[in-house]
Amino acid sequence: MADIMLNVNKVSKQYRLGLIGTGTLSHDLNRWWRKLIGKDDPFLKIGELNNRKVRGNSDYVWALQDISFEVRKGEVLGIIGENGAGKSTLLKILSRVTGPTTGEIKTKGRIASLLEVGTGFHPEMTGRENIFLNGAILGMTKKEIASKINEIIDFSGCERYIDTPVKRYSSGMRVRLAFAVAAHLEPDILVIDEVLAVGDAEFQKKAIGKMQDISKGEGRTVLFVSHNMAAIETLCDRVIVLKDGRFFDEGTPTEAINNYLKNSTFSQRIIEFNKNGIVDVKEGIQMIYAGVENASAEHVDDVLDVTSEIDIRFKFINKTKGKVLSFGYDLKNIREEVIFGSGSKFTCNINEVTELVCRIPANFLNDDMYQIHLYAHSEAMNLLYSEKDLLTFEIKDIKRESGYLGRINGVIRPKLLWQSVSDK
Amino acid sequence: MNTLKEEKWLYTISSKKPLINLNFKEIWRYRDLLMLFVKRDVITVYKQTILGPIWYIIQPLFTSVIFTLIFNNLANIPTGDGVPSFLFNLAGITSWNYFKECLTGTSGTFTKNQNIFGKVYFPRVIMPLSIVFSNLLKFGIQSLVFIGFYLFYVYVENAQIKPNTSLILLPIVILIMAMLGLGLGMLISSMTTKYRDLTFLVQFGVQLLMYGSAVMYPLSYFREKLPEYAWLVEYNPIAIVIEVFRNMTLGVNSFSLKEFIYALVVSVILFLFGLIVFNRTEKNFIDTV
Repeated sequence: MADIMLNVNKVSKQYRLGLIGTGTLSHDLNRWWRKLIGKDDPFLKIGELNNRKVRGNSDYVWALQDISFEVRKGEVLGIIGENGAGKSTLLKILSRVTGPTTGEIKTKGRIASLLEVGTGFHPEMTGRENIFLNGAILGMTKKEIASKINEIIDFSGCERYIDTPVKRYSSGMRVRLAFAVAAHLEPDILVIDEVLAVGDAEFQKKAIGKMQDISKGEGRTVLFVSHNMAAIETLCDRVIVLKDGRFFDEGTPTEAINNYLKNSTFSQRIIEFNKNGIVDVKEGIQMIYAGVENASAEHVDDVLDVTSEIDIRFKFINKTKGKVLSFGYDLKNIREEVIFGSGSKFTCNINEVTELVCRIPANFLNDDMYQIHLYAHSEAMNLLYSEKDLLTFEIKDIKRESGYLGRINGVIRPKLLWQSVSDK
Repeated sequence: MNTLKEEKWLYTISSKKPLINLNFKEIWRYRDLLMLFVKRDVITVYKQTILGPIWYIIQPLFTSVIFTLIFNNLANIPTGDGVPSFLFNLAGITSWNYFKECLTGTSGTFTKNQNIFGKVYFPRVIMPLSIVFSNLLKFGIQSLVFIGFYLFYVYVENAQIKPNTSLILLPIVILIMAMLGLGLGMLISSMTTKYRDLTFLVQFGVQLLMYGSAVMYPLSYFREKLPEYAWLVEYNPIAIVIEVFRNMTLGVNSFSLKEFIYALVVSVILFLFGLIVFNRTEKNFIDTV
């Protein structure tokens, strides 16, 4: 543990929800009075867990609670978690935009952040003037910027417009210019928050390439927050997972990501109906089991990636009067687009358990989040059962060695035969 | 964890707030940013105007003309022996403007810059400092105009005015004005992050303060006419500074060292107090702004 660059020790951050008004003044006075007579802040005890979905009783929430970790020199640490897990709050504290409520952070190097590129751009000033201003805001000296100005202009690809006021730029050009400045920062610790979401495909490739250079080539310490699991898995040495403002998990990228996706609140991959005390009988169909299973891994509930074979399995009891049932499902992605619908007719003995399996081949679905809409009909096509979002699951991308790290385009992602047919 | 304490840490981000936490080394490291902010303020103010920087001059000139018409010609406020009332007003307005611009400029530091402060860190005090510096430049330009009219009155109109020996104190006078404006501005800026009430006070408060700051009348005349309220102006450090400024340039009014030192002490105290409050606010203001 010789060269620890950054030590985060029990950092917590409390936020007050709601509006600021006269009600806050009474709390402020209360806090001030307690401080004056030497007592603890009364409001530090009442914070609640930060879960935005649940209605709480307290106006105070802990956006971060007792976060501790260390980062070694040259390490690329990934931070993942759902929206509102506290990632951005942590980065804000690290980049000193706001202070922690309790706890402390010690660092051996200068921290610079790419929280939001283009901060402090002045629309009336030219691109060149803005490079200097923005660079200085991010902590560079004039000399440093002057020595890199050509590189920066070149990287941005805005040479033609460089002496034109920034207000004449397209929004894409503004982002390019801003990222170009930020990419040429040379802090000891670089904090990056979701930069991959900006710019067009060409620029994204450039940006990711630059990030790889920074982290791998130049041996700089990097903290990287992203929802792009492929990028996290490829770029990071270690990953920590935050959940509801608390430390949830830590490990190698593959481990941590798998564990995170398994526990993701989005996924509802396996339902055993009777186990939960729910007897789900609709028009004569009693569901027993529904599951999205990983057929190529050891355990059926292992994380699915694009190379997994997937079994969609249903068990149910036919309580109708007819033996022949039509069973099927629609597979939808998160944008409610139906990828496909599939079903068939089966002979199901009355009052007995029927088990059906449908296999989705490997290398077919893209990395995305999916929902299954299950339905069953009688032989006369009367609707017996329909459950819109019965199962939800997520397919993750696989680790890529290098090259393009963004999401591969398309609703599906089949592995097709490619070969060179030029003369041998 | 004991081993950690022996290691050398560059800095610590902590929840504890020391009374004064000014890192001068860091501010020095960001000096380029200070200059770039000044440059930005100066070159962008009058972009897309025809007259450009001439606007810096027009405002005090017109105000002086109006003041001369209203207060001297209409209300017959005397400006001292042989001192052209236009020049008297120009001196008052030039110095008052510097203080006023520093105050109003810095008083919005936190609320106006929450966008940029919410995203990157740099020593926050750079922002109000840059405003003081860019206003200094403006003050310089307006002073040139003042000097121009000064020479015009001396050589063309043969006005009996000459600068006082106390003119050597001019840098201190400017410093006092800057500290008063900056100190008060930082204080207001810190106090408006959570509750905005004070911003409304600033808008008309500055206007009222001008009437109590001996801008368009000599302090002696006020004493003579309203002796029971004279203390209001006498204890106003800005009034003292403006009086001193006119004394050193035009030779009017008396120069009182006691009052001058009083103004200096008040400005230093106000500046330090503003700095401490600003410093305590800057860390977490983004959560409540």
